[in-house]
Amino acid sequence: MTDATLTTPLAADTTQPTRRKPRRTPGMVENTPWLNIATHAILIMGLLFLLGPMYLVFAASTQTVQEVNAIPPNLGISDQFWVNMHEAWFTRDFQTKFINSFIVAMGVVVGKIVIACITAFGIVFFDHRLRMPIFWCVFITLMLPLEVRIVPTYAVAANALSPFQTLLNWTGITWLLDTIASVEVNLEWNMLNSYTGLILPLIATATGTFLYRQFFLTIPDELVEAAKMDGAGPLRFLKDILVPLSATNMAALATIMFVSGWNQFLWPLLIITDPSYEVVAVELRSLVPNVNTTGGGIPKWNVAMAASLLVMVPPILVVVAMQRWFVRGLISTDK
Amino acid sequence: MADIAIRAVRKSYGKDEVIHGVNLDIHNGEFVVILGPSGCGKSTLLRMIAGLEDITDGEIAIADTVVNDLEPRERGCAMVFQNYALYPHMTVAGNIGYALKVAGMPRAERDEKVRAVAKSVGLEEFLDRKPGQLSGGQRQRVAMARAIIREPKVFLFDEPLSNLDAKLRVQMRHEIRRIHNRIKATSVFVTHDQHEGMTLADRMVIMNKGTIDQVGTPEEVYNRPATLYVAGFIGSPAMNFLPGEISAERSAVTLGDGSAIAIPPSAAQGMDGKLVTLGLRPEDLHLAAAGSGSLHGQFEFYEETGSAGLYHLMIEDVPFSVLTKDKQRLEPGQEIGVAIDLQKLHVFDADSGQRIDIDHHAAAAQMEPAE
Ligand SMILES: Nc1ncnc2c1ncn2[C@@H]1O[C@H](COP(=O)(O)OP(=O)(O)O)[C@@H](O)[C@H]1O
Ligand SMILES: [Mg+2]
Repeated sequence: MTDATLTTPLAADTTQPTRRKPRRTPGMVENTPWLNIATHAILIMGLLFLLGPMYLVFAASTQTVQEVNAIPPNLGISDQFWVNMHEAWFTRDFQTKFINSFIVAMGVVVGKIVIACITAFGIVFFDHRLRMPIFWCVFITLMLPLEVRIVPTYAVAANALSPFQTLLNWTGITWLLDTIASVEVNLEWNMLNSYTGLILPLIATATGTFLYRQFFLTIPDELVEAAKMDGAGPLRFLKDILVPLSATNMAALATIMFVSGWNQFLWPLLIITDPSYEVVAVELRSLVPNVNTTGGGIPKWNVAMAASLLVMVPPILVVVAMQRWFVRGLISTDK
Repeated sequence: MADIAIRAVRKSYGKDEVIHGVNLDIHNGEFVVILGPSGCGKSTLLRMIAGLEDITDGEIAIADTVVNDLEPRERGCAMVFQNYALYPHMTVAGNIGYALKVAGMPRAERDEKVRAVAKSVGLEEFLDRKPGQLSGGQRQRVAMARAIIREPKVFLFDEPLSNLDAKLRVQMRHEIRRIHNRIKATSVFVTHDQHEGMTLADRMVIMNKGTIDQVGTPEEVYNRPATLYVAGFIGSPAMNFLPGEISAERSAVTLGDGSAIAIPPSAAQGMDGKLVTLGLRPEDLHLAAAGSGSLHGQFEFYEETGSAGLYHLMIEDVPFSVLTKDKQRLEPGQEIGVAIDLQKLHVFDADSGQRIDIDHHAAAAQMEPAE
């Protein structure tokens, strides 16, 4: 035995508070000048591939109709930016479309997070016979994106209760009610031309459920048990412990989902005919000049590009604002 | 404050039964330590009391209420876990007060209680820190405070000290005992560390592969181990065992080399020829000159423990050790005798492993003239 004198309890604590380790440069990659140059060259090439088109969009949005249609193409920046922006924004009523897109994107984000979180909660923390089948069902839907099931989804959106109607017809209940009580059963819930219709079919998310599941699996059993001992029921545990702990995951998921919600094109194109529910991506397409829209006139590519820039702004803002959370949520080491 | 009654409790995971019908009464205010090697089912038993594990068969009652079908929160138990299990996103105050928050206690009252409890375990300066900013010992205190604040009927501890370094472990042990003396709640403490168990317990429960081998005070368990298993598990350095056979005629246990250890005739009666295992604690033995003493062996090597010396011998090809303050220099291979204190001789049935009681006083009285 070495020095076994008892000092004051706290002073004698020999274990140190845990601190985050300083970040080290990755040791695997060697730092040779040639490798450096090569990596940077590749990075720069990638950057050019990404930024080149962006620059062209921006340059075009600053030009007049003549300049943008000039041959050979004019790559310079001109002074018509605000004029084009003004035209794009007001001629097509983009204000309504922005609000609509925002509502849809936020609805999709909130819906997806709630659904993903609750589904993963059910799969990970409740020991029941259906948990693996449910997990696999969710997982399989990864292979069935909206584009693949768009026709049945449309049918459901046109009348969400039609499956039940079919069931009732098929089992003969409709006929029974009709003959016995003279009640005609005609279930209908039409979601075309509504926010509900835009949002609901998009919120089931296998990716999100999977992300949450992986995170929930890292929660130690003892933490769950400690909460049980403290008297927290399942919902309390979800609200007080899981949700706060998964904040970074939630931010990452929200970022991805906002961008994808904002960029929705095919689904709104299909179910929205009322312009007051139209979203930006669909509206943007109507600005792209073709024979129908220009009527033989000079195509207004400058205005179309200005509108493109406008539409790009919200996702970029969201990504920039969330980026730190986003990265942390995906690598998920914060504990 | 409550008694705990465990009646014929069994636990199976699928087809594997890991607790084989355990009976145990824990009295109100008592500090009971469940001791056993890793995997013997200590945690499982504790978790069945807590309600974290279903009871496959049998019955557990806390304060005369059968709790088999009650949720953990309805049982009035608080638990301290090995890895502390603190909520990483809550402050120390949040962690300590969480149970009260769930119970719906108003904020002001809660804060006051948190402060008082934090003070009692020396944490009042750390109330605003997150668990990640605390040392191991401090986290352990938070876990304790979180249990204390609920004023539970029963405290359950599952190896709460095994993640601490040796010095801190002793300190926290003392602190747990102090807290227990202050609030006197019934406590059940699980550990695989016999030293920890012996020092903390009012009574000890020694578990062996899903059954209880012995229940008793630390003294009883040490002085009168009920089975060979308990005898080997309790005590450090471990007890020496020698195979022998009872001879009624000689009123002794005879060993393989022909030497005989006297036992009272009353004990030897009717057991002639019974195969037994003799148990001798190293600290109850003395070295004797070669040829004298009750046992004879060859010296192998020596370990210094500071206050005493531990002499490793070979007796009839069985490793054997003697712990004595009476130190002497020996050469490896040297013949040496071992003197036995017959009052401290343990005899076990070689087949069943059960203790065979012999009347030590009679044995001692009989031996005296011979010496
Ligand atoms: N969830 C479980 N599923 C299956 N077997 C388990 C489970 N938990 C514990 N066991 C088994 O039960 C036995 C007792 O475990 P445990 O009570 O944790 O032991 P101890 O706490 O004494 O180390 C061990 O053999 C262990 O493998
Ligand atoms: Mg254990």
